[in-house]
Amino acid sequence: MVPTLIGRIQTRLFLLATVGVVITLLVMPVVPGAAGPLGDLYVTGLLVLVAVGVLGVGWELLYHFLMQFRWEKDWPTLFGLLTLVPEGLLLYFLLRSGAVGFIDPIPPAAFWTHFTVVWVSMWLVANGPMRVPFIRWRFRGGRVL
Amino acid sequence: MVASAGIPMYDIPFLTAGGGIGSFVTLDYLRIYGVPTSQMRVVSNIDHPWQTYEFLTRCSQIPRSERIRSDSSSRPDNLWGFPSYALEEAWKDKNPAYLWQLLTEPLLNDYWTPRAGTVFENLEREAKRIGYWDMLVKGQVRMVRRRSGGGYFTVVTPPEGAAPTKRIVFRSRFVHIAVGYPGLKFLPDLQEFRTKYSDYQHVVNAYEPHEQVYEFLKTRPGTVVIRGGGIVASRVLQRLFDDRERLGLKTQIIHIFRTFVTGSHGPHIWARRKGGDGWAYQGFNYPKSVWGGQLKAEMRKLEGADRAKKYKEMGGTNTPYRRRWQEQMRAGRSGGYYHAVQGTVDRVERAPDGRLVSYVRSSDGIVREPVADYIIDCTGLEADIAEHRVFADLLTYGGAGRNPVGRLDVERHFEVKGTASGDGALYASGSATLGGYFPGVDTFLGLQIAAQEIADDLARRGFVRKMGPLRSTSQWFKWVFNSPV
Ligand SMILES: Cc1cc2nc3c(=O)[nH]c(=O)nc-3n(C[C@H](O)[C@H](O)[C@H](O)COP(=O)(O)OP(=O)(O)OC[C@H]3O[C@@H](n4cnc5c(N)ncnc54)[C@H](O)[C@@H]3O)c2cc1C
Repeated sequence: MVPTLIGRIQTRLFLLATVGVVITLLVMPVVPGAAGPLGDLYVTGLLVLVAVGVLGVGWELLYHFLMQFRWEKDWPTLFGLLTLVPEGLLLYFLLRSGAVGFIDPIPPAAFWTHFTVVWVSMWLVANGPMRVPFIRWRFRGGRVL
Repeated sequence: MVASAGIPMYDIPFLTAGGGIGSFVTLDYLRIYGVPTSQMRVVSNIDHPWQTYEFLTRCSQIPRSERIRSDSSSRPDNLWGFPSYALEEAWKDKNPAYLWQLLTEPLLNDYWTPRAGTVFENLEREAKRIGYWDMLVKGQVRMVRRRSGGGYFTVVTPPEGAAPTKRIVFRSRFVHIAVGYPGLKFLPDLQEFRTKYSDYQHVVNAYEPHEQVYEFLKTRPGTVVIRGGGIVASRVLQRLFDDRERLGLKTQIIHIFRTFVTGSHGPHIWARRKGGDGWAYQGFNYPKSVWGGQLKAEMRKLEGADRAKKYKEMGGTNTPYRRRWQEQMRAGRSGGYYHAVQGTVDRVERAPDGRLVSYVRSSDGIVREPVADYIIDCTGLEADIAEHRVFADLLTYGGAGRNPVGRLDVERHFEVKGTASGDGALYASGSATLGGYFPGVDTFLGLQIAAQEIADDLARRGFVRKMGPLRSTSQWFKWVFNSPV
C-alpha cells in the first residue's frame, strides 16, 4: 500500500483499534517488569494505544511531508517498520516526564515490549493480510472509509 | 437483421474481447464476485491468457527463468496480492534472502520482482480454478456495435472450420475490450530502411523474434546499435553482455539515446527523478504511487489539459536501476565495448559491404556515422489506437472518443465514454486507455484496478453482488486451497 495522507491516518487508527487492541489484550498479562492488577495494566496498555493514535496524526503529517521529497511519492516498507524508533522514543520520554498525566507510570521493559509487539504486528498486517478482507484499501491510499 | 442474414447469434450477458491478461483479471474478479461461467465469454485469438505476454517478454529477453519488471504484490492470479510472489518464491526456493530484499527494497536493494515462470504457473492454476477455458471462444473480434434495443453486438470471425459460417455474433448487455497493443511502432528511419532494402533481418524490433542477432554474434565479432532507453533496451543489453561474458565474445555495442539523461531531472525538488549515463531511473513504468497513493488520487481529479500535463510530468521512458545492469555497463564503458551517445538518427543506409550505417546527429551538432551489423529498435510498442480495427470502428461508429493524450477516453470506472447503450455498458482496459483518470493501466496491477472498478460498476448495475470483507475473506481461503470459486 502506498499511502495518501488521509489514508495513512485512517489506517493507523483502524489498525490500532483492531490489531492494537487484540495484541494489547494478549501481551499485557505477560509483559516483563509490570506489576499490579491486570485491569490496570490493560487500562495503561489501551491508553498507550490512544497516545500512539493521537501523536500519530502529527507523525503522519511529518511523514507525508517527507514523502514529498520522493519522486515516486511512495513509502518503502522498511520506513513503516523503522519509524517505530522515533515514535517509541518520543512517547516513552513523554510518559517518563509525566507530560501525559492520565497514563500511569510504566516500567521501561513493559512499555517497550508492548509497544514493539503492537507496532510489528500492525506493520505485518498492513503489509499483506489487510488486503484479504479489504480489497479496495490498497488502491485508495490506505483509506478504510 | 443479423438473424435474417443467416449468421448464428448467441446471447451472453458479459463478453470480454482479447483474452490476454486484461480479460483474464476481469473474468477472475467477476468469477470471484460470483458470476457463473455460463454468464460470461472471452473471445480471443490465443489459447491461454499469458500467451501474448510470454511471447513479448521472451522476445525482449525475459525467458521464464528471468525476472519481470513489476513487483511482488502485482499478482494477476490473485486479486488480493497476498501472499505476494516473494513469499511464495521464498517458501518454494527455501530462500529467506528474498524476504530480506523485499524488506529493504528499494532502499538497500533493487525491487524484488518475480520470475516470469512463477507468473505463468500461477496464472495457469488460477485459470483452471475459475473455469477459464469453459468461457473461451476462439476467434477474431471484428467489431462491437451498439444494439438498438440496448447492449451490444460483437461480431466474431471464428477460426477456419470451427463454425459453419464465416461470422458469428454475440448479443450482450456488457462488453469489455482488452485487446492489448494496437501494434508495433517502428522508428521512422528504421521503417524506411526496412522497406527500401526489404531487409527484416538486420534491423529488428526487440519485440519481434530476433535470436539471429545473438546467433550471428556467436559466430564472429560484430557491432550492434541499440536504440531506446527503456527496460527493453536494458534487457537486450544484459543479453549482449551476458553472452559476451559467458562465451567470450567480442561484441561492440553502440547505444543511441534520443534523450540522454545525465542526472536527476525534474522541475523542482518535489518532482525530481534519478537518472544518469543516458537513462532515467524508475522502478516501474510510472511512479509507484500511481497504483494507489498520492498520484493516483491526484490524477483521478484532473481533466483535459491539466491531466495531459501531469502525464507529461511523470511520464517519459525509464528503466529500473538494477545493480547487475549497472555493473555490466560500467565494465562495458571501461572495457571500451559499450558506447552510449545522444543523438537523433536522420537515416540508416547500407554500406557497400552490406553493413548498416546510421547517420546520427547529436544536439551539440556533431554527426556520427556508426557502422553496425545489426540494429535493435528497443522503442515503443505503441501504435495509434485507430490501427486496431475494433477501436477504429468504435471511434467512427460507436460514439467513442479520444482522451487528452489521444487514446480511448474512459470513465473512472473504465466505461468507454459515449458508448452507453440502453441498460448496457462497454468497458475497456489496458494500454489503449492510457491518458485516463488512472495512469497505470498497462500493467498487471493496473489491469486489476480496472477490473475492480468494472466489477464494482457491474455490481451497481445489479449484474453481480458487490464483494464485502466477509465474502472476500472466504473467497481468499478458496484461493489458498485452490478450490473452485
Ligand atoms: C515486454 C513486456 C514486458 C512487460 N512486463 C510487465 C511487467 O513486468 N509487469 C506488468 O505489470 N506489466 C508488464 N507489461 C505490461 C502489461 O501488463 C502486459 O503487456 C499485459 O499482457 C497487458 O495485458 P492486455 O490484456 O492489455 O494485453 P495482452 O495480454 O497482449 O492481451 C491482448 C490479447 O488480445 C488479442 N487480440 C487483439 N485483437 C483481437 C481481436 N480483434 N480479437 C481477438 N483477440 C484479439 C491479442 O492477440 C492479445 O493476445 C509488459 C509488457 C511488455 C510488452
